[in-house]
Amino acid sequence: MRFYRVYALFLRHFYLIKGSLPRLLDLIYWPTIQIILWGFISKFFTLHSDFYNHTAGIILSAAILYDFLFRSSISFNMLFLEEIWSRNFTNLFIAPLKVNEIIAALTATALIRTLIGIIPAILLASPFFGISLFNLGPALILLLLSLYTFGMTLGLLVVSGLLRYGPAFENVAWSSLFLLAPLGCIYYPLSILPDWLQIIAKGLPLVYIFEEVRSILLNNIVNYSNIMSALILNLIYFLLSVFVFYSAFDEARRKGTLINVGE
Amino acid sequence: MEKITIEVSNLNKRYKNSLAVKNMNFKINKGQTIGLLGPNGCGKSTTIGMLLGLIKPTTGDVIINGKNMESNRTNLLQKMNFISPYIELPKKLTIEENLKVYGRMYGVKNLKHKILELMETLNLMNFKKRKTGELSSGQKNRVSLAKALINDPEILLLDEPTASLDPDVGDYVRGIIENFSSKKQKTILIASHNMIEVERLCDEVMMMKNGEIIDKGKSSDLISKHGRKNLEEFFLKIVREKNEIL
Repeated sequence: MRFYRVYALFLRHFYLIKGSLPRLLDLIYWPTIQIILWGFISKFFTLHSDFYNHTAGIILSAAILYDFLFRSSISFNMLFLEEIWSRNFTNLFIAPLKVNEIIAALTATALIRTLIGIIPAILLASPFFGISLFNLGPALILLLLSLYTFGMTLGLLVVSGLLRYGPAFENVAWSSLFLLAPLGCIYYPLSILPDWLQIIAKGLPLVYIFEEVRSILLNNIVNYSNIMSALILNLIYFLLSVFVFYSAFDEARRKGTLINVGE
Repeated sequence: MEKITIEVSNLNKRYKNSLAVKNMNFKINKGQTIGLLGPNGCGKSTTIGMLLGLIKPTTGDVIINGKNMESNRTNLLQKMNFISPYIELPKKLTIEENLKVYGRMYGVKNLKHKILELMETLNLMNFKKRKTGELSSGQKNRVSLAKALINDPEILLLDEPTASLDPDVGDYVRGIIENFSSKKQKTILIASHNMIEVERLCDEVMMMKNGEIIDKGKSSDLISKHGRKNLEEFFLKIVREKNEIL
């Protein structure tokens, strides 16, 4: 892997964001709206529910973390879609870029895009709603790492679909996370799901992450077994998604779609 | 002895039930400019795709500078580049930004100087801060050419390099290609439907039909061999022979 090639691909997207104020505002706009909306809902629950009375900010914290996941995954997809939309796709694949360099560049650039969007929203949550993600303590770093890895995994799977099936796969790029959200138990405990769905949900790292968020905020106890389960599952899924991406790239070369994707 | 840059042997590409490229064999020596002719859908793009490692051959080998493309893709692409009217550079980036991105991607040394040199050669200095999407098609074409020359490629593949350009800009671009080829001893493969362009730029041409190379040689030799007045008539003869069969 050559750093200069990874940096070049990062630079391509940095220039894109830097040169377009609407793009920059778009990155910040949606997470901010999301946080404001969930902030008021959270405040309402805090005032009118015995359960949430003791756990002010549980919904808002979950909303911020879910948005972090959502933005990271969407950012990853967007970076790839930008290449298709701008018809620059073939230029990238005739450049001496290795597949692992593409993955590294997209992963790093997606993180920066995500942080541009989410940091203002996080900062907003504290003065407006008195909620800080830092209440989660040092475990927050592991939870964010876990969420980001899952975001990258989903991004890689969607991008693999775009490589394999072309722009027709774009709709999946937008809907992938909505599909998993109900099973991820973001705003409610796992026990709410029917027994048979709980079995499926336990295969998702999201369940362990958000169970842990609730556990920390409700009981002030960090259960590292939940965090470890999420990280191990994430590692497995991430490696699997890298394999799928390599396979999709190989299949795209076999089918000849790299030369005319976007048409 | 002339050094072989591109060697294609027993190359086949099958898509489901159709054979897009059939048992293709050719060699291109270092410094040669070769034209790839043929009607639409005859397999030119598939051939170029396989030369660039974008398309995996069903069978056969593409050997570039003595190395197999399949096992040395990244290293070989470092010394190659490509231009096609069907691919573009990011529209929201300025010319300078696009060239910086691709220059870094190819690991170009002394990039600033290289960009200035290309901008001067291709008459782009006045637009360097303009976004690529705001340029006319002639200017865009020159930017794409600058991108294709950024790594000073040993092998340059050109797909319709002057399509959609007015005669003046087309002639200008042909001059740049001619200069690049003759001064630097570069190997160039041009797929084009512009026969005047092919006659002017190419040392030899390969004529494709139905996925096969059916004839190759110097333009003048092919014209006289087939009893035609010029390359366009030669092309039409080959294409219409197909229609006669149908």
